[in-house]
Amino acid sequence: MPKFKLPARSPRVDMTPMVDLFSLLLTFFMLTSTFRQADVTEVKIPNSISEKQAPDKNIMTIYIDTASRVYFNIDNGPDSSTHYRADIINEVGKYYNMKFSDKEVTDFKKGGAIGMPIKNLPKFLDSETSKDEKKILQSGMPIDSADNRPPDLWFWVNSSRKINSKCEVEIKGDAGADYKVVKKVLDILQVNKIDKFNLTTTVVKETVSSKDIKD
Amino acid sequence: MAEIMEADSGHGKKKGKRRPKKHPAHIDMTPMVDLMCLLITFFMLTTAFSKPKVMEIVLPSKETTKDPDKTKIPKSRVVNFILGPNNKIFWYNGLIDDPKHPPTLEPTDYSKDGVRKILLRRNKDLFKKIEEYNLKITKNTSNVIPKDTIDKRIKKLKSDDNLGPIVLIKAADGVKYGNIVDLVDEMAICNIARYAIVDLNKPEKKLLHAALGIPEPEESKKGKHK
Repeated sequence: MPKFKLPARSPRVDMTPMVDLFSLLLTFFMLTSTFRQADVTEVKIPNSISEKQAPDKNIMTIYIDTASRVYFNIDNGPDSSTHYRADIINEVGKYYNMKFSDKEVTDFKKGGAIGMPIKNLPKFLDSETSKDEKKILQSGMPIDSADNRPPDLWFWVNSSRKINSKCEVEIKGDAGADYKVVKKVLDILQVNKIDKFNLTTTVVKETVSSKDIKD
Repeated sequence: MAEIMEADSGHGKKKGKRRPKKHPAHIDMTPMVDLMCLLITFFMLTTAFSKPKVMEIVLPSKETTKDPDKTKIPKSRVVNFILGPNNKIFWYNGLIDDPKHPPTLEPTDYSKDGVRKILLRRNKDLFKKIEEYNLKITKNTSNVIPKDTIDKRIKKLKSDDNLGPIVLIKAADGVKYGNIVDLVDEMAICNIARYAIVDLNKPEKKLLHAALGIPEPEESKKGKHK
């Protein structure tokens, strides 16, 4: 038998098609991705059958966790020409006779939920405050009125409504959160003439037919 | 291909200087592939594909003018659910209009055989109507009806309903937010046309404390709300 000798191949593999494919995938992901925002607190979302999608713009989100802490977040508006967050923080500052520097405003504009009394806001936005300190500052937004003033959350909701009247409300509550706290939040919202709420839920299918009805 | 073909040069000149043989311009793509892998992984992990879902609730506005005729609701249609701490739930029919003869609180639970059974039994007519309508749509595949029209039709069925229950959801102290969501979800499952989340009134508080077998706390006697 004659021996066949395979021609010696170069060990180099042509990567070009792979690179092509990867570029395609990369472009796809870059264009379609909306970044998942890190949640400010751990919230175990309750279940429901509703399949309504949460709006992704013009939305203020209120987090309520099991430790009865309340956090507030608001988006920047439908496109980059709107600077709702900057306007809102200035509006809130007006109530407290506080003036935020340009740097603080740009820091706030970047996003993220906040949960602290308004008087702690400058310290939170200060770049010299360390991350750990910031975490400690995020101890929840006051929802009880003090010193004959409405609660801090009221100022945020009110200012947000003034700046962006199309704003809807999404409530991300933990299933184990105390309803009393939720009720207080709802009351604050209703005082600001918001009667429609979106409660974030996880979809769990339930099928019920009239055959299930027993007399 | 990444290899660039070399042009066949050197024809004509026989005694020209021999240039060193050019290697094909191989570009090593491996680092590029590495980087792209990394970037793709990053984008894949940070992308939020499934958008969160929400349940919509509308609470009665606080500024409605108190019109006594409008707020009158037929007693027979009212079903009250009283939520207590530790996932307890009680219900009774009608209203407490005679404090001397209070209704009895029946215990129930959040399961299929609890709240849902009660609600479905009371809401039989409307539930069947909506079910029939949904069935008609799924059978009629030739003519696709837009979702808006379906929603509107179901809304109409709900608002025309004048036999189904009017459910009042009342939460006592110590109720978890999840309980409320469960119950409101139950309203959606059973296609209840009318329901509201309201505060407990005083006689109900008494009844609840009796049903739970705990003494009435002092502060609740003062009336926390208003």
